[in-house]
Order: sequence, then C-alpha cells, then structure tokens
Amino acid sequence: MNGLTKHYGSFKAVDNLHLSINKGEIFGLLGPNGAGKSTTILMLLGLTIPTAGEARICGINASRNPIPVKRKVGYMPDNVGFYNELTALENLIYIGRLNGIPEKEVKNIAREMLVEVGLETAINKKTGTFSRGMKQRLGLADVLIKQPEVIILDEPTLGLDPAGVKDFLELIRQLNQRQNLTVLLSSHHLHQVQQVCNRVGIFVAGHLLAEGNIETLTGNLFKTAPYVVQVTLKTAIMPDVQALQLPGAEKITINGDVIEISGQEDITPDIVRYFVHKGFDVTSVQKKTYGLDEIYQQYFENNLKENAPNEKSGRSFFGRFKKH
Amino acid sequence: MKSQAGLFSADSKSISSPFLVMMRKEVADQLHSLRFIILAALILFTFFGSMYVSMANISKAIANSRDPDRLFLYLKLLTTTDGSLPPFHIFVGFLGPLLGISLGFDAINSEQSNGTLIRLMAQPVYRDSLINAKFVASLIVISTLFLSLNLLMIGGGLMITGVRIEPSEFIRILCFVVLSIIYVSFWLNLSILLSVKFRQTATSALTAIAIWLFFTIFYQILVNIIIKAVLPDPNMLSQEQLISYNGIVMTFLRFVPSQLYTDATTTLLMPSVRSLGPLTMEQMAGAIPSPLSLRESLLVVWPQVSGLIAATVVCFAVSYYIFMRREIRT
Repeated sequence: MNGLTKHYGSFKAVDNLHLSINKGEIFGLLGPNGAGKSTTILMLLGLTIPTAGEARICGINASRNPIPVKRKVGYMPDNVGFYNELTALENLIYIGRLNGIPEKEVKNIAREMLVEVGLETAINKKTGTFSRGMKQRLGLADVLIKQPEVIILDEPTLGLDPAGVKDFLELIRQLNQRQNLTVLLSSHHLHQVQQVCNRVGIFVAGHLLAEGNIETLTGNLFKTAPYVVQVTLKTAIMPDVQALQLPGAEKITINGDVIEISGQEDITPDIVRYFVHKGFDVTSVQKKTYGLDEIYQQYFENNLKENAPNEKSGRSFFGRFKKH
Repeated sequence: MKSQAGLFSADSKSISSPFLVMMRKEVADQLHSLRFIILAALILFTFFGSMYVSMANISKAIANSRDPDRLFLYLKLLTTTDGSLPPFHIFVGFLGPLLGISLGFDAINSEQSNGTLIRLMAQPVYRDSLINAKFVASLIVISTLFLSLNLLMIGGGLMITGVRIEPSEFIRILCFVVLSIIYVSFWLNLSILLSVKFRQTATSALTAIAIWLFFTIFYQILVNIIIKAVLPDPNMLSQEQLISYNGIVMTFLRFVPSQLYTDATTTLLMPSVRSLGPLTMEQMAGAIPSPLSLRESLLVVWPQVSGLIAATVVCFAVSYYIFMRREIRT
C-alpha cells in the first residue's frame, strides 16, 4: 500500500496510508468502527477505486488488475452471507466453480475444505439454518477453496462466542503455519488480535497511527513510565502528592483510597515497604502490564487530543470501551 | 494439499467460464423458486383454459366462410374464443409483465442484502458477468416456457385435428413466441433495473408493479383526459382531421409496452389485419379481404417490435451502467 487515499465526498475514509505486509505473517488491522479498515480492504481487492495512491498485492496493482489479485487473495467480508436455500456443500461448490476448479474435482475439494474447517456434520444442511459461528467457518472454507496466497478477513470474530473465537483464531493460526499463508485481519477486539497477530497496525480515522509488534508498540508508547503500580488502601488518605516521598516514582495520582504510581523502574517492593512503614493498611497491590487494550486506548487518546473535530466517533468508541 | 495446488494448471478444457457457472446457478435458482412455479402454473392454466375454449369453438370458426383467416387452423386455435375466456395472447399481455417482474425484482438487491454479492465480487470474476448471467438465465427460463407451451399447442392440435400445419403458420407462431419473449424480457429488465436501483426487494417489487399498473390501467385514462382537454371534440372534426386525431391518440397509447405487444401479436396471429391505424375509404376501396402474407404482416408489426426491443435494451443498458459504477458495500 502506497499513499492510499479514499474520499467519500469531503470525508476522508482513508488518508495517505503507507503499509507493507510481509509474506507469511499475520497482520492485525486494529481500529474503532468507521476507522476505514473495511475501505482499505476493499481497495486492496480492487472492489473500491482509491482516490489516490495504489494498492499492490503480490506485485499486482489491485485497481488496474483486479482479476489476478482476486485469484490470489481470499476475502471474507464482515457480514458473510450465503445462499440460504443451498446447502453448505452447494454454496462451496459454486464458489469453487467460479474459481475455475474442474468439474470432476470440485465436489471432493469442497468436501475436504468443509472437513478442514470442522463442518463435516453440516455438509448437507442448508446454510439458512446455520449459526453465526458455522457461517464464519463456512466463510473460511469459502476463502480457502481457491488456494489463496493471501487471506483477508474483515472482522472475523464479530459476533462469535468466546469459545468460537478461540477455535476460529486457532484455525487461522494453524493455516498460517501449515500453508505459509499471509493473513490480514481487521478487528476492534484487541485481545483476540493480540493472541494471533505477529504485527498490528493501529488505525484511527483514516490514519495509521502506529505499526509493529506488540512489544515495540508498548515500548514506544510507555517510554516515559513503563511501570505502573496500583496500591489500594483500607482508608482513604488525603490527596497530598507531595507528602509521599518515594524515590524513583515519577508520577503519582491519588484517587480516594487508590494510589497509582508510575516510574522508570520496578519499585513495587519499595512502595509496599513505604506504605507499611507509614502505618497504612494495604489491601491490594497490583502491577500493571500493558496489553493491547492500553496501547490502543493510549494511542486513541493521543489522537483525540490532536484531532478535536473527530470527537463524535471518539466518544462512542470510548463509551463502548468503558463498559468492558 | 499438494495435489490440489496442481489442479489449477491441469486440464483447462473442463473448466467452464464464470459466466456459464453463474448462469447455470441462476437458471436452477429460478426453476426452484416458488414464485416462478406459481406463475408458470398460472400461465399453464390460462393456456389450457384458452386452448379448451378454442378447441370447443374451432369447428365454428373454421366453418365461418366470411372470415379470411379460416384456413389458418393453428392461428385460430390461439385466437378463437366464445367470449367466456380471453384468448391466450391477451393473457400473456397481462401475465407476462408479472412473470418478468417476479423473475427480476430481487436480482441484485437480494444478493446485496444477503451479503453474497460482495463475496461473489471477491472471486476472480468480472462484475458484469453477474448481471449478464442473471438476465440470460431468466431469458432462458422464459423462452423455454413459451416455446414449449406453443409447441405443445401445435402438437396437441396435430393429434386432435390431424390437419397439416402450414410453414407460414408455424413461422407466425414462432414469431409470436419471440415477441412474447421480448415483451416479458422488457419487464424483466425493468425489474432488474429497479433491483439495482433500490436496496430493498420490497421497494423494487412494489415499484415495478406500480409501473405495470400505471401502464395497464391509468395510462389510458390519463391519455383520454389530456386529449379531451387539449384537442377539439372529434364530433366537430372533418373526416381528414378525424384521421389525424385518431393517429395522435394511437401514438400516445403506443408508449405503453402492452399496447405494442397487443398490436404486434394481433397482426401476427390474424393475417387479415392489414393496418394498425385507421384506414380511409380510399385505401380500403379495391382491397380484397384476404390474409396478408407473412412478410407483409411482419412489415406491419416491425415498428412495434423495434419499439419493444429498444425499450428492453435501454432498460438493460441503464441497469448495467448503474451496477458497474456502484459501490459494492453492504
């Protein structure tokens, strides 16, 4: 992807995106709803023409030569749908035929694919009766039947129950390892992405804010204060920050009986010793480690400060997040 | 896995093009859909009903020596009636639009709302294959239906009466079949156009039916009202003015596809019809009331046929254009 830009009228859905994904890796495209993830994916497939810039997959320009790109890339849309009146096998055979699989083999290949994604019991069931999880699995079979080099999954875990998500991601990881597939998946579920992705890109309001593996992202973001310790006391103390004399602590916030201390080094034992020495009753001490959640939120907050006009999407996203 | 990877290079002859694959699937879908079965059954019933009525009256019609068309037994079979049931071609004029609409009204938008459109477009197929396949598949279904019905009629007639069919009669019936197909495909294309335009299947179906109702019922009323308001009273006009007055009325009525269809089928199935407009006494003088030859009948209906084809092509072109420019997003 090179300077990829898409405008819808005056609205910039994707703004000057530069990103390259290596062969054989699982790349997670992270971002809140409406960040431009799906638009980016559609441009990669040549289904939407970029306003500027170009998308190349396996060296092929997607908007000029969509057919060879579509031969190499399997795409599963976020709301994957099937012909309800056909069975799973028939749906799959149809797609197989469209991909030019010879008539003699198409049935066997379709059957193999269904077994591979774990739908062997539902081969002859109509897809209208399928649950969300089964549809996602069928969608994956649908993507794999063309023997792609790259698979693109748009929100693959949306609407699945936790066990389903786990199975599904495990399936993706296995495929990635076994067939050396390149996988690009978009999501706003951070934990799930964290489980499978080699690298992630954080994408907000059309901009790619950061990319890299999770360790690099954490490092970049929390350079100033990588360690945070949260201490809960039995009784609230006066919010007098200066009164707390802690060597090594860079930032201390007091909120009732919860005290958050961040610093360059891991000084948890010192903190506990300090509080005990001062005669406070410590009820819990918690050392925070950074997951994608925090990274994401942090990036997002930074972006919000820079881009005040984007308040609307930001607030809804933020509100959704607080419920977790 | 390895054996599968090799499949794509292996024998390319048995691989059919995406267009053919889509067409096959669409034909199967149409034939399995309940609405097609219902409408086909309806057309079948009216066909057998009108055949029954015409069979009962055929001897009278043939014996009528004042009718110049009496020698065309098979055309008579299609057009004779005792007034209890309209002949088959009138039924087609009425049911054909419904058939066309029912085959096409959800062509594109149901794929879109089901989420199958984007999945299809992510396959290595050209976008126009889909809309072409939808159109051709429905066309095949319609053609098969009409052709087999008429061949059934001819065969039944042969069995029952034992009268040999004239080649010109056979060609007239084939032309009637082609005309019916063009007429239904006009409505089919109109409904495909609406299905591209509207995202809800219900909206496109209702709009198509509204257009059909407008043309079948309200258009004539509207034309009459406007003509009464704008043009002078025909009773006050001279002979020549009356002719041009009728000409104007007919021209406006011929904007309706069903009018074109009725005009064209009447001429084809009743060889003695020699003009669709009013004839003057001078033109009639010296004319022998005899059937026209096939070529002459075709010449008379040609404007109607080309009008229908043009309307069909325009509808298809517009829906093609809109579909190709459309953002494929759910």
